[in-house]
Amino acid sequence: MSGREPLVHAPRPPLALLLRDVRALDPRSGIDARHDIRVRAGTIAELAAPGTLAPDAEEELIEGEGRLLALPAFFDPHVHLRTPGQEHKEDLDSGTRAAAAGGFAGVIAMPNTDPVLDSAPLLRSVRDAAAREAHVAVGFLAAITRGLEGEQLTEMAELRLQGALGFSDDGRPVQSAGMLRKALQYQRLCGGVLALHEEDPTLSRGGSMHEGTVSAALGIGGIPTVAESTMVARDAALAGYEDARVHFQHLSCAASVDAVADAKARGFRVSAEVTPHHLLLTDEDVRGLDTRMKMHPPLTDEADRVALIEGLRAGTIDCVATDHAPHARDEKEVPFEQAPMGTTGLETAFAALYSGLVLPGTLTLELLVARMTAGAGLFGLATPTIAPGAQADLALIDLDAEFIAGEHGWQSRSENCCFAARRLRGRVLLTLVAGAEAHRDRATAAAGAA
Amino acid sequence: MRHLLSIEDLDRDAIERIVAQAERFAEVSDREIKKVPALRGRMVLNLFYEASTRTRSSFELAAKRLSADVVNFAASGSSVEKGESLKDTVLTLSAHKPDAIVLRTPWAGASELVSRWCAAAIVNAGDGKHEHPTQALLDVYTLRRRVGRIDGASIWIVGDVAHSRVARSNIIAFQRMGAKVTVAGPPTLIPRGIEQLGCDVRFTLDELPGADIVYALRMQRERMSETWVPSLREYASWYQINGSRLGAHQVLMHPGPVNRGVELSGEVVDSPQAVITAQVEAGVVVRMAVLYELLAGARDAAPAREQPRDAPAEVPAVGAGQLA
Repeated sequence: MSGREPLVHAPRPPLALLLRDVRALDPRSGIDARHDIRVRAGTIAELAAPGTLAPDAEEELIEGEGRLLALPAFFDPHVHLRTPGQEHKEDLDSGTRAAAAGGFAGVIAMPNTDPVLDSAPLLRSVRDAAAREAHVAVGFLAAITRGLEGEQLTEMAELRLQGALGFSDDGRPVQSAGMLRKALQYQRLCGGVLALHEEDPTLSRGGSMHEGTVSAALGIGGIPTVAESTMVARDAALAGYEDARVHFQHLSCAASVDAVADAKARGFRVSAEVTPHHLLLTDEDVRGLDTRMKMHPPLTDEADRVALIEGLRAGTIDCVATDHAPHARDEKEVPFEQAPMGTTGLETAFAALYSGLVLPGTLTLELLVARMTAGAGLFGLATPTIAPGAQADLALIDLDAEFIAGEHGWQSRSENCCFAARRLRGRVLLTLVAGAEAHRDRATAAAGAA
Repeated sequence: MRHLLSIEDLDRDAIERIVAQAERFAEVSDREIKKVPALRGRMVLNLFYEASTRTRSSFELAAKRLSADVVNFAASGSSVEKGESLKDTVLTLSAHKPDAIVLRTPWAGASELVSRWCAAAIVNAGDGKHEHPTQALLDVYTLRRRVGRIDGASIWIVGDVAHSRVARSNIIAFQRMGAKVTVAGPPTLIPRGIEQLGCDVRFTLDELPGADIVYALRMQRERMSETWVPSLREYASWYQINGSRLGAHQVLMHPGPVNRGVELSGEVVDSPQAVITAQVEAGVVVRMAVLYELLAGARDAAPAREQPRDAPAEVPAVGAGQLA
């Protein structure tokens, strides 16, 4: 079943642009070499040997000096744009501005808004708003159950016709196995990926952070990793039984990675994502009770972090997703146990992962780029690629540029970023969505004007 | 010392200093006029977000015996019930320029947060299940008076460790004073990973006779509704400190209020081994010593500080992945 165009964004005039002598890296087309890239009318018009293309009169020239990196723009299958209902945290404009600033050309917004995105008229109105305001391409998941209550399926088939990429009750688990099974069965009619937030509330209740030595020392209720991994195992079994397509959101622990690996080995149609914060931070970072370190699932321990990195490297985990979850300053400026769960992540994802995993040699840059673009394919969308004739979804990055996260503020309306104040490398200079400028760093803007 | 937020901030010398000061103040309590002018003109604000009789009155008494002015602000019946945030409440009350705020909240880390929002010295009078540092100090004081040396003593903390801020502060304080600490209780009420604080963990009282000091924790009745233990009766049969479990050489402590017949039998509460009333007495003099330590003498002109959390000079880079 396919309905309307799955991704929407505001129309913008495409640039005429020549990126001269940039390092073009695209794991899918297998290129990693210096190139000239001509962008024209929304597509990559030419890909040529470095220094061989000359700019036209009407064309903007950006000199890569063999140093600037051109990547297929990233895709984030898990963000919260908080619209409708919580626009004081984020809206379609600010959230997609943040995405563009992070080098993303596409995102998938979660339906746990207020009201919940669980009906076709609501989905239509949000998509119409995104078609006016969004700086990057936005796809939407609709709720699996009405009001995320876990009791009655949404009108999934109609929602699909109105453009829902799939379904999720993200923020909450589908607690009843019987209810989830019905949704998996109904997927045969309506298609679309079921993206699952895995958590057994009978195990996680009362917890504000990972259960372990740090929670014991702080006297804060712990959430055991089995709250997630037992549900991953349960739902993988259901997906296998119903031959359904399931995507596991924000894996946080070794046992969940094992459960996904097992399901994949059995040939079940499952995929999984992991966030930058779970790849880079642990419950030790919660010791200071900084509420930016409070998210769901919580930051786990070092052994889990290492298992997540290994899972991402091995491909058990298919992609990186930020779970960008903005909250207003006054909502987070409260004692840890009172604070809402969530960290923003769009603007720091690449730089944090590049600084924390690629620079020390843990992952290759190529693998990181592959995993930061793979989310699109998991939801049946075209993956951005650098090839002649392809849609120009590009990120231009200066890997040497060092900055302090948040030093000049954020594009997001919220500032609850767990990487705030960290020294990072890898600045996104320019993001193109369908050949149009979605983000331009000030330094590049100045250089372009000169 | 600017604030008392956590017992972790105090080394052994600091604990000794406060205990010694409390001993000097104990003499004041025996006078006919139980008051010294040490903190005349200072203002102490008691800000309590949880019901508390003994801790609050003990702080109030301590401040008054030092001649400080005391304002009590209870969260119930106040703007807090109208939805005011902790930060706004603290900023509002700060307009009265208190020299110290004694803070009790159900939230871990709240006193540390408040210390960033105002110029007053902050005393943590209990933050969630995290810490209760003045309780630990008064327990050390009480023990010192009773047994002399704590070094080398074996102290058992028995009961609901998971929900006890007293347990956490005392595990740290007793070890800092040289004691060997063991926690014991039902496995559902001993948090996973607590042994990282340096204590031993036991799930029965079989080895209790080896203890020099037995510190029983309050078993809160509301835990029953969450089925942490099958019944109070079963809890008592396994973990109650009673006449047959408490040896003649052992000292019995309890932070109060006692549930007679649950964590302690009536006979041991009234036994000569129990120092429970001495703990209450110690509460006032130890809190006098804490307030004196924080407020007496030259205070730096307190800058109005909303401290920037993100001082770039101190930021570590994101940790490198270490793969096995």
